[in-house]
Amino acid sequence: MQEMIELTIDDEVVSVPAGTTIYHAAMEMGVVIPTLCFHEYCSANALCRVCVVEVEGSRVLVPACVAKVSAGMVVHTDTPRVRSARKTILEMLAASVDVSDSADVLRLMQDYNARSDRFPASIRRESDLIDDNPMYVRDYSKCILCWRCVQVCAQDAQYTFAINFTGRGYETHIGTFYDRSLTETTCVFCGQCVAVCPTGALKPRREWLLEEKDHAHTR
Amino acid sequence: MLTPDKITSTVCPFCGVGCTLELHIKDNTIYRVTSPHGSPVNHGNLCVKGRFGYDFLYSPRRVTKPLIRKEKQLPGKRTAAASLNEWREASWDEALDLVADRLTEIYQKSGSDAMGMFSCAKATNEENYLMQKIYRALFRTNNVDHCTRLCHAGSVVALQMAVGSSAMSNPAADVQFNDVFIVTGSNTTETHPIISLQMKAAIEKNGAKLIVVDPRRIEMVNYATLFLQQKPGTDVPLFSAMAHVILKEKLYNRQFIDERTEGFDEFAASMEKFTPEYAESISGVDRQLIIQAARMYAGAKNAAIYWALGIPEHTHGVENAMSLIHLAFLTGQIGRTGTGLNPLRGQNNVQGASDSGAMPWHYPGYQVVDNEENAARWEGIWNVEAGGLNRKRGLTNTEIVGAIGPGGILSMYIMGENPVMSEPNANHTRHQFEQLEFYAAQDLFINETHQYADVFLPAAGWAEKDGTFTNTDRLVQRVRRAVDAPGSARPDWMILADVAQRIEARLKRPQSSGWNYSHPGEIIEEMGRGVPDYAGIRYQRLESGGLAVPVPTVDHPGTPVLFEKSFPRGRGMFHPLEYKPPAELPDDEYSFTLTTGRVLEHWHGGTLSSASSLDDLYNQALMELHPQDAARLGFTDGEIARVSSRRGSIEIRVKVVERTSPGVVFIPFFFARAAANILTNDAIDPRAKIPEYKVCAVKVEKPGSSTEDGRLPAYRQRGRY
Repeated sequence: MQEMIELTIDDEVVSVPAGTTIYHAAMEMGVVIPTLCFHEYCSANALCRVCVVEVEGSRVLVPACVAKVSAGMVVHTDTPRVRSARKTILEMLAASVDVSDSADVLRLMQDYNARSDRFPASIRRESDLIDDNPMYVRDYSKCILCWRCVQVCAQDAQYTFAINFTGRGYETHIGTFYDRSLTETTCVFCGQCVAVCPTGALKPRREWLLEEKDHAHTR
Repeated sequence: MLTPDKITSTVCPFCGVGCTLELHIKDNTIYRVTSPHGSPVNHGNLCVKGRFGYDFLYSPRRVTKPLIRKEKQLPGKRTAAASLNEWREASWDEALDLVADRLTEIYQKSGSDAMGMFSCAKATNEENYLMQKIYRALFRTNNVDHCTRLCHAGSVVALQMAVGSSAMSNPAADVQFNDVFIVTGSNTTETHPIISLQMKAAIEKNGAKLIVVDPRRIEMVNYATLFLQQKPGTDVPLFSAMAHVILKEKLYNRQFIDERTEGFDEFAASMEKFTPEYAESISGVDRQLIIQAARMYAGAKNAAIYWALGIPEHTHGVENAMSLIHLAFLTGQIGRTGTGLNPLRGQNNVQGASDSGAMPWHYPGYQVVDNEENAARWEGIWNVEAGGLNRKRGLTNTEIVGAIGPGGILSMYIMGENPVMSEPNANHTRHQFEQLEFYAAQDLFINETHQYADVFLPAAGWAEKDGTFTNTDRLVQRVRRAVDAPGSARPDWMILADVAQRIEARLKRPQSSGWNYSHPGEIIEEMGRGVPDYAGIRYQRLESGGLAVPVPTVDHPGTPVLFEKSFPRGRGMFHPLEYKPPAELPDDEYSFTLTTGRVLEHWHGGTLSSASSLDDLYNQALMELHPQDAARLGFTDGEIARVSSRRGSIEIRVKVVERTSPGVVFIPFFFARAAANILTNDAIDPRAKIPEYKVCAVKVEKPGSSTEDGRLPAYRQRGRY
């Protein structure tokens, strides 16, 4: 029999198996904590911090996608402090990358009244679209570094290890070994990465060409 | 970003894994393919073919109107018409009438033995069922076959002999429950990529141990505990030596052998000579590795064997598969979750096409044709007069091609397949097709074979029609119409029903065999009336997911694991084995062994994959040559070589790579320019009639004055090759 843990989320007592994350415990009782980098079928890494919640007794906000429940824990998923943190995160994202193609980010920005012009002095991370193979294009100016593509290319699915983080700090981006074209890497073009990309940074080439055609029509 | 008008759930049209696809559609065009992460077979993962390969539907080469050859084609003088200028457009009525007129005329003049057809492992169950029904019920012939003959016929015959069934015993996803598993004759990461992901996860996450037995150092070797790099064609001595060790060291499961099998003593006696030393002398595999592999497999709690075409595609393909079956019988590693005998099937519906009776010795449901009870059953279902169906076993694929000519097969109807690319000894195949009196082709493209046809009937692609596919682990899944077919292309089942009605009218049969179907669901229900395993299949049941056959009744939940309590033939049958070398071994002149196979990006006869963006990714055949041989012959990477066998010669770019072993070259068979099957041997297994694609003797030379230099695409370095 699995050990059950009792905790309180948004003033309601809930009992879940030990090892459950706060995110899934909340989901049990119908509370959906917003996420961006989290994907149900990828390893969670708490990178984007949009899922942060307040846990009583904890000095800092806690990422619900990785933090495990503990007995007697008291969690608040929607306090002013939490909302403010999420709003700021979204505004920083919108200030640094092109989120126009990401339905998830746009929806959350609306939910949290986030303004894309909050940080006018920010420098956007721009990069050229990479069209180096017949299957999909990469536009890293739309990348929010959620890590999903890297993980499905690795142990989460494919064991191919064609892409990874490269660079440090502000310069961090997703890249290939020595920045080679994808056809020169171990890439097998399974497109697992394209399927989990939440922002349109990775896109089937065919879809991209159709969009370009649409744009040409409306221009 | 594009917003889809709709998202249609269907099944992948490529390999036998049967991944769920969600087609994102805007303006009747597919622009993105995803898969739900809860999908039963693939858990949301796809390979390059499933994810991106669908765009053959939009190839400019696609034929969308019925075509008739401008010039009348005569037997012996038939020519290949690659250019559309040699064809004229026709109405459906004209094209279908021509097919019905000519086939009926040849049948009435020369009888059933003049009729031959190839059905198709890419088409749906319903279409395969209809195709064989036309030839059996109307033309009274069993000359009905499809590419299963060229793939797993050796496995099918061996499994029928030993257990009385011929499919994977367990779901592929069961690999997560394996403690030990053998992969042999399967380049799983390229041919069944999604199954290979589950294998990798079983090893990396659950600690399962993998034994790879293969002539090539395939990618799965990176994950293997043991790698037995054998010479091509040495499976029987190698696996029998494992059986020898299991017997000598008493590692077998006596209880299982006593309760579930027969023929043990005679079999055990025949294993006496297969010592590890003897196996080493033939296979080149260190005897210690063979002993370790035997102990590892026999000592596992749950062990399974996965194999693909490296096992059956030999003149001793049946024996090869039998040597694997014996290992499972000896150790009792069958009939439970996480165990089993698992032939990985190559095409999306090769299991279903076989189940549907597109085979010369069997009615649907593996019911032999030379059995009175079976014939009477189908005479009843097809409304054929008693004694009307032909009881004589028909010719197989390779036999049909061989029989073309005066006094033999005079007419062919080919749905989807591409024998000029896929049959061995392609020059001979071309010569045979030139002899036909009439040839009707039904496909999306005028492939290398259809160029010889008189009539071309344009078919709808898989996303443009309804039906079912049965995947490699026997899951019957729904294929759904997502977009409209272009031009006047029609679903195969509609074309076939239409052709059948026209033929039946011309034959003036007093009673109709029934060709009025309003939906393919009615076809599979008709098939279920004669095939108990499919009796419970209903389209509405498939709406919520696939069903694993056998599904004997409409409330039966399906059968994911076979043989839990008994085998279909009762007890599992051991068969004594002898070693037979391949039909053609290297000699002084033809000093290399050629083995053929697939690559990740291409599939089947290449008809579809070469018309898609997959071809941009892998655009020409590359021959794998070991660095030692390359150094000796003076070849560098990307250079053009001339490769010749006793049957033909091709020019091909060389890939210098350690994946193959010295003295062995590998060529993928999809490419019309540098077609591997110009070289291969059409010697066949005497029981399964499967050709020996995996071993023939060739010589490799500098081409002198190359005719292909400048015509072959430029060499591009790929990271993964």
